[in-house]
Amino acid sequence: MAEQVKENTVTLTIDGVEVAVPQGTLVVDAAKIAGQDIPVFCYHPKMEPVGMCRMCLVDIGYPVKDRNTGEAVLNEDGTPKIQFGRTLVTGCTQVVSEGMVVVGYSEKVQQARKDVLEFFLTSHPLDCPICDKGGECPLQNLTLAYGPGESRFNYDEKKKNLKHVPLGDLIFLDRERCIHCARCTRFQEEIVDDPVIGFYNRGRSLEITTWSEPGFDSYWSGNTTDICPVGALTTADFRFGARPWEMLEVASICRECPVGCNLTLNTRREAKSGGKMVVKRVMPRQNEQVNELWICDKGRFGYHYASADDRLTTPLIRKEGEFIPASWDEALSLAAEKMQAAGSRLVSVAGGQLSNEDYFHIGQLTEHLGGKAVLYSNMMGGDLTTKVGMGPGSNLADLGAGDAILVVASDLEEEAPLYWLRVKQAAERGATLIVANPRATKTDRYAAHIIRYEYGQEAAAILALSLDRIGDSDLADESFKQAAKAFAEAENAVVFFGSEGTGMAQSDALSKACANLLIATGHTGRPNNGLVGVWDKGNVQGGWDMGLQPSATLFDDLKAAKAAYVVGADLAGDNPAYKQALAQAEFVVVQELHHTATMELADVVLPAQSFMEREGTLTSGERRVQRYYPAVPPAGESKADFAITAEIAAMAGKELESVSAGLVFLGIVGKFKDYADLDYQALAEVSEQWPIIGREDLYYGGTGYANHQGLGVLLGTAAGRGEPVLIDGFDLPDTGVDGLLAVPVTRLYDQGNNLRYAAVMFPRIASSYVSLNPADAAGLGESVVVELNGFQVEVALKLDENVPQGIVVVPRSFGLPISAPTPVVVKN
Amino acid sequence: MSIYNPLPILKGLWTTIKSVVEKPVTLQYPEQKRVMPQRFKGRHHLRRYDNGLEKCIGCALCAAACPADAIFVEASENTDEVRYSPGERYASTYEINMMRCIYCGYCEDACPTEAIQLGHDYEMAYTEKRNSIYTREILLDPPPEGQESTPRKVEPGVFNRSIPVMKDAE
Repeated sequence: MAEQVKENTVTLTIDGVEVAVPQGTLVVDAAKIAGQDIPVFCYHPKMEPVGMCRMCLVDIGYPVKDRNTGEAVLNEDGTPKIQFGRTLVTGCTQVVSEGMVVVGYSEKVQQARKDVLEFFLTSHPLDCPICDKGGECPLQNLTLAYGPGESRFNYDEKKKNLKHVPLGDLIFLDRERCIHCARCTRFQEEIVDDPVIGFYNRGRSLEITTWSEPGFDSYWSGNTTDICPVGALTTADFRFGARPWEMLEVASICRECPVGCNLTLNTRREAKSGGKMVVKRVMPRQNEQVNELWICDKGRFGYHYASADDRLTTPLIRKEGEFIPASWDEALSLAAEKMQAAGSRLVSVAGGQLSNEDYFHIGQLTEHLGGKAVLYSNMMGGDLTTKVGMGPGSNLADLGAGDAILVVASDLEEEAPLYWLRVKQAAERGATLIVANPRATKTDRYAAHIIRYEYGQEAAAILALSLDRIGDSDLADESFKQAAKAFAEAENAVVFFGSEGTGMAQSDALSKACANLLIATGHTGRPNNGLVGVWDKGNVQGGWDMGLQPSATLFDDLKAAKAAYVVGADLAGDNPAYKQALAQAEFVVVQELHHTATMELADVVLPAQSFMEREGTLTSGERRVQRYYPAVPPAGESKADFAITAEIAAMAGKELESVSAGLVFLGIVGKFKDYADLDYQALAEVSEQWPIIGREDLYYGGTGYANHQGLGVLLGTAAGRGEPVLIDGFDLPDTGVDGLLAVPVTRLYDQGNNLRYAAVMFPRIASSYVSLNPADAAGLGESVVVELNGFQVEVALKLDENVPQGIVVVPRSFGLPISAPTPVVVKN
Repeated sequence: MSIYNPLPILKGLWTTIKSVVEKPVTLQYPEQKRVMPQRFKGRHHLRRYDNGLEKCIGCALCAAACPADAIFVEASENTDEVRYSPGERYASTYEINMMRCIYCGYCEDACPTEAIQLGHDYEMAYTEKRNSIYTREILLDPPPEGQESTPRKVEPGVFNRSIPVMKDAE
């Protein structure tokens, strides 16, 4: 062992097991590495230790040194003499030191654990049979391991508290069960910086309470239920849903945003669904390179759309204005016939949440028929991320002092919560965070440099950040100069570009400007350097990688289409303009999960499987390809998207793989250079991660699941392969508007189809609104009429000082027809 | 052997005659039914409290303990408007597959509220497989004399404990 010891490691003995750990490691973490149990309640490996619960008490001894010589004193048998302390110490606050001896299995320590537990149980209701945590509860497990069989305290003197306190719409608090470990409050404060819950009162009356209105107003609240070491915090969604041991676990990937958080779907048969397997809850799955141990509440509670009651279960054909159920053969041959006849006037529109396999097939079929395949997204630059994206070996967790992160045109927490968290953590480790956005966002709190530009000028602002151009720009003030310097001098630099106030033209210019900046400053082709698209939908990057692109002329394309093939995109529901365009298309084939506004316009409807019912791969904004697995049987006769496309293709004279997603992926591997050498096995590989979670010891990391099903693979980039990278020239978009300018922004909780079925989230989703600066709102009431793109919509008016004057902030997917900055009239 | 030996036939006849006068061991089932010993383990009952509320809290520990995987439980939440059991939680689905059940009584042992008990009923023949599933409606005892059945509407705030306090048997 001794020769392996490096300079910065420390060797110690924990319960007879010798272990070498990095300097500065805490004793409880060292025990985890050694595979020894030191139980904890308040300590969590992702948070600072506080030593509140006293569960981790251990006996610690240090080698005795001779005061004069400094040499270790030896026992008679030649072993070092160890001097133990007079009292037990908390292992979670104690840093390891050379030669330390930690004893957890002595009678003294065992008695201490017993006593601590007995004390916790004096006011714990022990209602494990009805507790949602029962079965995966650290307190329950440790009580079984160490607890006294009988309490010496009088049952009637137990503290009776409120048992069913809604902390918000999503989380319930049971005050009797709470052991005051402060994990939840520290998580909200330290990790996600939403200190909306806290302690109230003192001593035995101490209780968790929420300060915000609405209660527990945070996108991260569900995570507190994972790390709560007792059943004090439970979710409203899963309440009494099933016992933990009754459910199966299936690995999946979230597609609500481009982060690609790793999920575990817990499934069980359900009586009210007629005995079918259903997903009972969604839990985070550890991937320290993507989502660590956390997921946002949209990912956790928004999954209900995939099992909604109005799922399409059979193909439908419109006959005399009515949808008539049809056989697959009928529907497919009609669709194939019309699509084949359309030839170059076929427009295929692929939504932003399909899998790579689906995109690949849609592209192949459309190419075969000579049509145009369109990726339904309002962002551009997916080709640039393949050139100058973050390459293999990157991990946002590696960014720290000396590195820079630029977040431009993005309200990052609303657009991709986990990116926000990772960027925030990088900033806390010392990375220089530059935030360029027209209005203030939560990301500003960690920014070293804040750059404000006007809506529409995002590309110009990024150009001005290039050191060589900074003199030319009339935008560049002192904040630009400092930021430009910091960015250019950073060792590693990453740019996140979002869609705050951008349409396709703005996004195109912005992405190119960002790529230029990275190339100009030499931040390409190396790990932890490059461009990350904060895409408007979960798998937009995958769509780009499969050769699909958004179309600026989609509206006209659809109007002129002889056949439109719309897959997983609710065009008509998003924007009434598309509704008119689709109505003019001669023949519309819609492939969907459920009834949507677009599906109402279809001539043939093909029922598709949801992500829970099939397998496939997704590519995240960082270009990590990740694999998800089938969890529940398909609804009705529905088929996987790629299989439907393959069957249409077969009827139109093109052979495509229609059964195995893995084989489709091999086709992708053969065609696209970035995907070469990949296969489903490679995507399922895992390696050891820190912190170690998911063993029997739920007390340590919480109830999140360990990753056994794949960490995914980061794709290579053109710059990383040393290929020359050229960025096309671009025009700066025209920004001049008389009067008010409406700009689209993204809200995490929108009124899109994904959240339409998540009843538990409804109270958290705002009704349709627009935001204005108070200075622009003179004479306007609480409800206004917005004239936008020829449509009039009545919405609520919110006043927000952060909105620049002359701007109307319009959230996307709230029923307002907006996809780019547009002149607008707001009136009473 | 000229003399016929009557002994064997008399011996047999004696047994016959004895049986004629003896109390018969057969029962005229189904007109007559056997009284079961106190500890006989027959069909399960879901018990109620004296006030008529259900004892079952839907914890599914019976299902966890069941070696034959015969029990399926789903829980739901009580409200004061629609109350089944005194605590927060009740069994909205409770099914026992009698074809799987081996009448071992582990469910009874596991139950924290003494809600499920194996009773004396053994008449469970069925002609359709589907009927081997005993639902909570079949398993639940009727409410005690004079008590309302469940669900019922109750005064708010009276039943605020997750598991009602249970007194040890005297």
